Amino acid sequence: MSRVQTTLRYVVLTIGAIAFLFPFYYMFIGSLQAEPDPTIAGAFPNPANLTGENYVEINERINLGIGLLNSGIFTCGVILGTVVFGALAGYALAILHWRGRGVTFALALLVQVVPFQLLMIPLYVLIARDYGLADTHLGMILPFLINSSAVIIFRQYFIGIPRDIFEAARIDGAGELRLLWNVALPLVRPALLTVVLLTFIGPWNEFLWPFLITKDEALQPLAVSLANYIANVAATASNPFGASLAGAFVLAVPAVTLFIVFQRYFTSTNLGSGVKG
Amino acid sequence: MTATATTPAAVTPRRPRRKPLGANPLGILFSAPYLVFVIAIFAFPLAFSVYMAFHDYFFTAPGFEADRPFVGFDNFRNVLTDPLVWRSFGNVGIFLLINVPLTVVLSLVLATALNRIVHARAFYRVAFYVPYVTASVAVVAVWLFLFNGDGLVNTLLGPLAPDPSWLVNSGLAMPTIALFVTWKGLGFYDPGSTSRRSRRCRRSSTSRPRLDGAGKVRSFFSVTVPSVRPATLLVVLLSTITGANLFTEPYLLTSGGGPDGASVSPALLIYQRGIQQGTPDTAAAIGVLLVILVLVVAWLQRRFVGGEGR
Repeated sequence: MSRVQTTLRYVVLTIGAIAFLFPFYYMFIGSLQAEPDPTIAGAFPNPANLTGENYVEINERINLGIGLLNSGIFTCGVILGTVVFGALAGYALAILHWRGRGVTFALALLVQVVPFQLLMIPLYVLIARDYGLADTHLGMILPFLINSSAVIIFRQYFIGIPRDIFEAARIDGAGELRLLWNVALPLVRPALLTVVLLTFIGPWNEFLWPFLITKDEALQPLAVSLANYIANVAATASNPFGASLAGAFVLAVPAVTLFIVFQRYFTSTNLGSGVKG
Repeated sequence: MTATATTPAAVTPRRPRRKPLGANPLGILFSAPYLVFVIAIFAFPLAFSVYMAFHDYFFTAPGFEADRPFVGFDNFRNVLTDPLVWRSFGNVGIFLLINVPLTVVLSLVLATALNRIVHARAFYRVAFYVPYVTASVAVVAVWLFLFNGDGLVNTLLGPLAPDPSWLVNSGLAMPTIALFVTWKGLGFYDPGSTSRRSRRCRRSSTSRPRLDGAGKVRSFFSVTVPSVRPATLLVVLLSTITGANLFTEPYLLTSGGGPDGASVSPALLIYQRGIQQGTPDTAAAIGVLLVILVLVVAWLQRRFVGGEGR
């Protein structure tokens, strides 16, 4: 491999990395500017123009703590539902033989290509109007309760466990629920982490559904209150860009941090496994 | 079989114990929550949406039963004679034209480079993923700052800056959204699957034509490109789905699909028609048309790729 080629590769990758990371850097710098500075010099920290005021301002307009709490409840509810019910379904699809297994698996694949946005009207009528779950955390969680990609991931990991282990445990008299809890799940710990991470980014970043069903600001996840701020309130603020970038930074940090810390559990093979079948 | 020939007595009709629900009927119980979820959140709303699309459906106060007559294809006729609906479908087309080639080429280039370097691989991988794991709402805030009339992008472009600026220019609003989504979604396609595929095809097939005297460029187009065709078809499928479902981007970046519907997406239109203007029946009809479209594309993809990766 020639030296020129290697250098070229690093140049290409570095240009790519800058293109991907610069907006994040700019988000942070912009959130600290007292006056928005769109010039090239504004891309570098300028001690005369630094302030934490934007964070105070956005926190006065939309309560960041409440927003984070609601995002957290929404996300935890979805993760809990996905891990519990997803592992059960994944186990049934991988290990047990029962009538309808093939159909269920096909459904889990199909569900992923029918995006829920197209069903927003009937879901809105059902959940907000018929069940009266508008402005509740349950109503927010319900359409995301079980992540189908997670079901598929659980199935794939469970299939990889040698059958003999299950047979041995069954002969020892263990029930299926115990097998799942004491034998299968401890063997697929990386899958568990992957599922949690993969499921996390869905509800944490989701905007449309919670936006539809929460009108009460005290219940809105941060993505929704920030979007409402950007769409409606920002025009009246003294430094609209600074404040919305401050909010954006607060919204972005948890997901980015989690991902950086656990990045080796997070691969695109897993992300795409559902759609790729 | 040989046993039956020698000892016919053994052929007593000893059928396996009949288990109508399979060997482990417990599987049904284990899957029940998921099945109920799929029925309640996908199957039933889908059926309900078809019902709405064929009836004169409107919102009523909770608990109030209204007469909602069957109207046949009226809603579909309204949808198909609405220029904004066609505009939104056309926008999915614009989105595909920009998103698919950019995604395929960039992810191939980055994955190939990423595979052949030794240092700092984890860093580059993370860099490409970060936009994917971040909320659209958060990154939209930065793009608004970058791409507004006197934002950094226009400052850098100087006299080349488009007028009207990116997000308020009817010719550039949709392409800017497509660029945003491509940038944000590239990490989804990148390192794992694509790079493994290109590594595999590098080892096995790219070396042979090179021995046969084919140039690098030639072997790229005649070997590498065809071998990523299945991946390209997958990108087409996912892009169609993404394009039809853009909501946050046109809602926030171009303040509601503007200017004048130039960047409206089908999902945004469903929201505007259904919730804002109170015509859920028309909105449901758009949804039904799109579900059909997505299923057709998914079917085509399966057909041409033949269940790749299974």
